[in-house]
Amino acid sequence: MMSSEFFWEWFLPGIWITIQVTLYSAALAGVVAFAIGTLRTSRLWIVRFLSGAYFEIFRGTSALVLMFWMAFALPIMLRIQFVPMAAGVLALGLTYGAYGSEIVRGALAAVPPAQREAGIALNFSRSQRLWKIELPQAWPEMVPPFNNLLIELLKGTALVSTITVADMTFAGGLLRLAKGDSAPIYTLLLVLYFILAFLLTRGMRVVERHAKRRVGQVPEKTGFFSGLREKSATDALTGSTGGVK
Amino acid sequence: MSWNWDNVDAFMPLFWDGVIVTLKALFFGTLIAFALGLVWAIAKRSDQKWISWPVSAVTEFIRNTPLLVQLFFLFYVVPEWGPSMSPLTTGIVGLGLHYSTYTAEVYRAGIDGVPIGQWEAATALSLSKRRTWTAVILPQAIRRVIPALGNYVVAMLKDSPMIATIGALDILGEAQSYSQETFTTEALTVVGVAFIVIAYPASLLLRALERRLVR
Repeated sequence: MMSSEFFWEWFLPGIWITIQVTLYSAALAGVVAFAIGTLRTSRLWIVRFLSGAYFEIFRGTSALVLMFWMAFALPIMLRIQFVPMAAGVLALGLTYGAYGSEIVRGALAAVPPAQREAGIALNFSRSQRLWKIELPQAWPEMVPPFNNLLIELLKGTALVSTITVADMTFAGGLLRLAKGDSAPIYTLLLVLYFILAFLLTRGMRVVERHAKRRVGQVPEKTGFFSGLREKSATDALTGSTGGVK
Repeated sequence: MSWNWDNVDAFMPLFWDGVIVTLKALFFGTLIAFALGLVWAIAKRSDQKWISWPVSAVTEFIRNTPLLVQLFFLFYVVPEWGPSMSPLTTGIVGLGLHYSTYTAEVYRAGIDGVPIGQWEAATALSLSKRRTWTAVILPQAIRRVIPALGNYVVAMLKDSPMIATIGALDILGEAQSYSQETFTTEALTVVGVAFIVIAYPASLLLRALERRLVR
């Protein structure tokens, strides 16, 4: 079993780094998702085209390859220096932001057209309609798929270990080299990720309840395991579990 | 900005070697994911609690933990107990197992989508349980879920570079070793572009398939 010294020196800071990477890239992904998602509903074809291109490009590429490219190729090509964590957060945020933009776009499209027409009748400007009518109503629809996306993002953060960010997967690798006893290390790692995913979901459920109460929808009861992911039949069928896979 | 096409030319033969490894991983990983996912989906529907509960717990656990760590687990831990596998085989098993938990949900949705009358008709014709599944339910369920399954193949393609981290020479693995030997960046860029070039037409194809099959 691992020595306690190693645990305190590497593993615990590693958990903290994993949480940090998750928070930073989730924040970036959130901004990208709302920006690209709303731009994709623009009236101007060029804006729609460019934001659509962003979606297709970042959804099309592999997050790990993008991360390697940002950590190793981009600094040389542009002659700039990146902290490894910045490259990791950028790659994750831009990739998962692209998936998130599809959630935002879909939820905006699901707002009944009459709501938009009512806004026009009240002489609301386009941005007022977006901020005061469309987004508040679309928000509760976005929360469950965003939850799935957040878990995908959390799992994705393990990738930053490959570009030498000392997250918990990286710490696990170091421990393996130091102790050679990999079974307890990797079992503990998997359990830790599961616990983090579970806690994230619980946190998101509070957000979900709050969002649904505001628009007067009652959140349905879910079981112990079913709570981890939103599993509506249509989501699974269209493969749009959080827009990811 | 420095870019040298000679490096691209020199990398190309290695790139094609990597493509073959990536395609192997994708093909066999898909086979495992599609087959095992169906097993999970049917097991989860079992009315025997001792079957359905452990299967749900295990698949939820696999779904909510990173594929990368699972690959490390398979590569470093499993050989301590039993068979040691080559990096590519480990990658195939890892990808297949991980994505089987996603395809299980797809099958589940497809099976739930079969109208209840179909089950009742099978009972009325006193078909055996096995015949009900193979002749009535699954043919209808699977037809509807093909596009969704396809989505996961594309997702698996994008996750397949992870097998490079356990030493499989797929396209990322080849690009990495080439870049490290020559201190150049072009190979990584080529691989990044290759993914977009493959994934975009694939998603267009899936959308077309979806329009045809799901109505």
